[in-house]
Amino acid sequence: MTGRRRPFRASALAAVAMALVLDFGLGATPTWANTPQDAASTASDAGEIADLLHGQRNGAWKSAYRPLASRPTLIRGATIMTAAGEEIEGGDLFMQGGRIFEVGRNLDVPAGTEVIDGSGRFVTPGIIDTHSHLGVSPSPSISSTSDTNESTDPNTAEVWAMHSVWPQDPGFTRALAAGVTTLQILPGSANLIGGRGITLKTVPGRTVQQMMFPAAPMALKMACGENPKRVYGQGRQRSPRTRMGNMAGYREAFIEAERYRRKWDAWIEGGMKEEAAGSEDSEDAGGARRSGGRPERDLAKETLAEVLRGNIFVHNHCYRADEMAQMLDLALEFGFRIRSFHHAIEAYKLRDLLARDTVAASMWVDWWGFKLEAYDAVPENIALVSEAGAPAILHTDSDMGIQVMNQDAARAMYAGRAAGIDIGRDEALRWITANPAWALGLADRVGTLQPGKNADLVIWSGDPFSVYSRADQVFIDGALIYDRSRSDIQPTTDFELGILPSSGGGGDR
Amino acid sequence: MTARTFAAALAASAALLLPVTRPGELAAQDLAIVGATVHPVSGPPIEGATVIVRDGLIAAVGIDVPVPAENFPVFDGRGKVVTPGFFDAGTQIGLVEIGLERTTVDSRVEGDPVSASFDVVDGFNPNSTLIPINRLGGVTTTMALPTGGLIAGQGALIDLEGETVEAMLVKPRAAMAASFGPGAAAATGGARGAASLRLREVLEDARYWASHREAYDRGEVRPLSVSRLDLQALQPVLAGEIPLVVQVDRASDILAVLRIAEEYGVRPVIRRGTEAWMVAEQLAGRNVPVIVKPLTSLPDGFDRLGARFDNAAILHEAGVAVAVSSFQSHRAHNIGLEAGNAIRFGLPWEAALRAVTLTPAEIYGVADRYGSIEAGKVGNLVVWSGDPFELSSRAEEVIIRGVPVPRASRQLELLERYRTLDGGQPPAYRGDGDRAPGGS
Repeated sequence: MTGRRRPFRASALAAVAMALVLDFGLGATPTWANTPQDAASTASDAGEIADLLHGQRNGAWKSAYRPLASRPTLIRGATIMTAAGEEIEGGDLFMQGGRIFEVGRNLDVPAGTEVIDGSGRFVTPGIIDTHSHLGVSPSPSISSTSDTNESTDPNTAEVWAMHSVWPQDPGFTRALAAGVTTLQILPGSANLIGGRGITLKTVPGRTVQQMMFPAAPMALKMACGENPKRVYGQGRQRSPRTRMGNMAGYREAFIEAERYRRKWDAWIEGGMKEEAAGSEDSEDAGGARRSGGRPERDLAKETLAEVLRGNIFVHNHCYRADEMAQMLDLALEFGFRIRSFHHAIEAYKLRDLLARDTVAASMWVDWWGFKLEAYDAVPENIALVSEAGAPAILHTDSDMGIQVMNQDAARAMYAGRAAGIDIGRDEALRWITANPAWALGLADRVGTLQPGKNADLVIWSGDPFSVYSRADQVFIDGALIYDRSRSDIQPTTDFELGILPSSGGGGDR
Repeated sequence: MTARTFAAALAASAALLLPVTRPGELAAQDLAIVGATVHPVSGPPIEGATVIVRDGLIAAVGIDVPVPAENFPVFDGRGKVVTPGFFDAGTQIGLVEIGLERTTVDSRVEGDPVSASFDVVDGFNPNSTLIPINRLGGVTTTMALPTGGLIAGQGALIDLEGETVEAMLVKPRAAMAASFGPGAAAATGGARGAASLRLREVLEDARYWASHREAYDRGEVRPLSVSRLDLQALQPVLAGEIPLVVQVDRASDILAVLRIAEEYGVRPVIRRGTEAWMVAEQLAGRNVPVIVKPLTSLPDGFDRLGARFDNAAILHEAGVAVAVSSFQSHRAHNIGLEAGNAIRFGLPWEAALRAVTLTPAEIYGVADRYGSIEAGKVGNLVVWSGDPFELSSRAEEVIIRGVPVPRASRQLELLERYRTLDGGQPPAYRGDGDRAPGGS
């Protein structure tokens, strides 16, 4: 098994199945040669218990990402936009071992360091999008690739977006070429509770596991408003048909989840006693064994229980201010936190509460009017939320938008300034870097150009807040992943090979 | 502070323009802009130029142009950039208010894939909130284009100012909208050949009808495939008087459109044209213009596999007339953003400006009145704080038919209402109470 974190232990059948899916025959010992055991019975350390509760037992569903080869690199004499308060003109940035080592002026670097002339160019952290459907609604956008909405029930907390991701989506390479290095892939908004989201890097991978940001928290996608009631109430003549039906749907799901969480937590605290094999039929209606043995798993409740424990972050599609307030009350009732509202068109109307509760708003600069709940958009939304001190984020929800996030942040900044809202360049840059990093639980690793952070960064041909600037080079964990001037450092997907006459290749795709 | 005074304060803080009278108070459609960098489009840029507008028409442009009278409204254009108003070659502004609310969408006719006689004018909503929002971004003129089916209907050219559609109309029935590719195929039986067959049949019948009108009225002709109104509506298309604007992406589909157009003497315009760059020479050779959306880079359909950012640049280089459109209605003001991105990927700056002004005017046959800053043309102008395509620039004054449009929109009213949350009274007490239900 390539890139697994701990010895593989599973039932023989599962081992064979997973070996077929995940093992690429790189000479590993056949996993079925191992003595099969059930991880639950041997979970001994806190990490394994956490994995068990999180649905990642036996080390399954974890990142298999490994950084590409990198060498110590100095970017010399560029404008370094740190997203940490400073913009350093004529600045240097030195990275080695996949990390940012030093940022400043006239840095001394070891012999053998690769030196990039940054004069006239700008460096920013890699851009981060909290809301993408790349890989799950990939190009080409056709019914056979439509894997975003499990719109079969208003609560599909059991589905995981990572299980839909197609790594060959050309959208990933386009996003990379536009300076995006990290993105959260979310299920769609047809359902009240849409399922788990996953945070990826824009590195080319044969599998989603190879793209997964290591140890990034997973997300729960929830959706307010028009979409669930349209899909179910109007489309299927079933609940929810109204916004009050929406709220009832969330509350019922979390009541069940709370019961489930208690059962599992009690079992863990009680020493994780297993019953003898073959006692499956002794379950009671609630799924727990009468003797207090291991409770039965329920995928949907497992995810919601992790939300209640604070291990999965809630990312909530919610346009209207009044509905955001309803969701804040829902979170209060059940004792969880909402990390970010998404498509928060009316965040500006509620920015005091968002600041009070430190809830982020992921917003567009100027999308509006495609439905009624998007009617009250103002282009100053992001600036107003930012001014109020709440975490302000520019997100895209768009395979095109993700290619111009620097431009959209600039437009939101200038819109704010035109209305007299004093937005600095560093603050605007944080809307697409540090703040989304925080919303994804990755603020200690990415989002700013500070020593110790992952060396995820972009060298721009000019000011990234100009329409004319382009991402010249993109680094992820210190490795050069994309270079505009070198076709051998421009990943392309399998899908695009040979789909056009040969004269059609290359160029500004 | 009322909406209007707040808006005025906004304008004053953003702009250093000092008109003698405030926008909206000008009785006559007269004004002068002095000292600006003017891009006439029809000629090279002029530094420190004066533009004179009289009775809504451009009267003069140049360096040594005197301001006609002492009390003539004068805008200080020093440090500013003046261009013609942006002209979007295809939006649904006025035909849609809220995308998902069908009662507010009047851009498409459902059922029949051929609705050539459908005319958008009577459904046009001059009070749409999209109009002020988009014109404040520098869009002054738009083709209100029907969508859907094989032949969608007739679009109208609209200036984004006026109380009624009549007042706003530049040219009704100025284009016939159509599409070719998977959408048209699905609407006509599921194959491109079916769509082309239907298109030929309709054009054939329209041509036949033109020479058999009396027999038709007597009921003495063979059955025709579409209604009399459709046959009639197609006559200007067959006569080459108005273009057939075809939304089409795949290179082979574009060539099919060119073939059919040639057979019937129709003047085609390619809209979107994702793979147009692959047939740039054929398009240039036949003088067929292309309306592109520069921010297109993904093979998001099997008819769009050749998507690339430099489509506009390649077409321009090959000699094709390129117009840039926003392909948006609510955000048509992003036409400048689209053009800027076309420049980023190789389109010359001057060509980009032409692509949002004079070229669309030529496509719709109104270049004698629109698209450039020349004496005798309609006074649709934008005064920009800088490069009109740069993200930092603002449209400081938008002038339509010689009248600066008021700095007011639903978005500005929402901004004003919520600019602060600690006003004591609830936000509902702020803003334009005159229009509240039951208000005086």
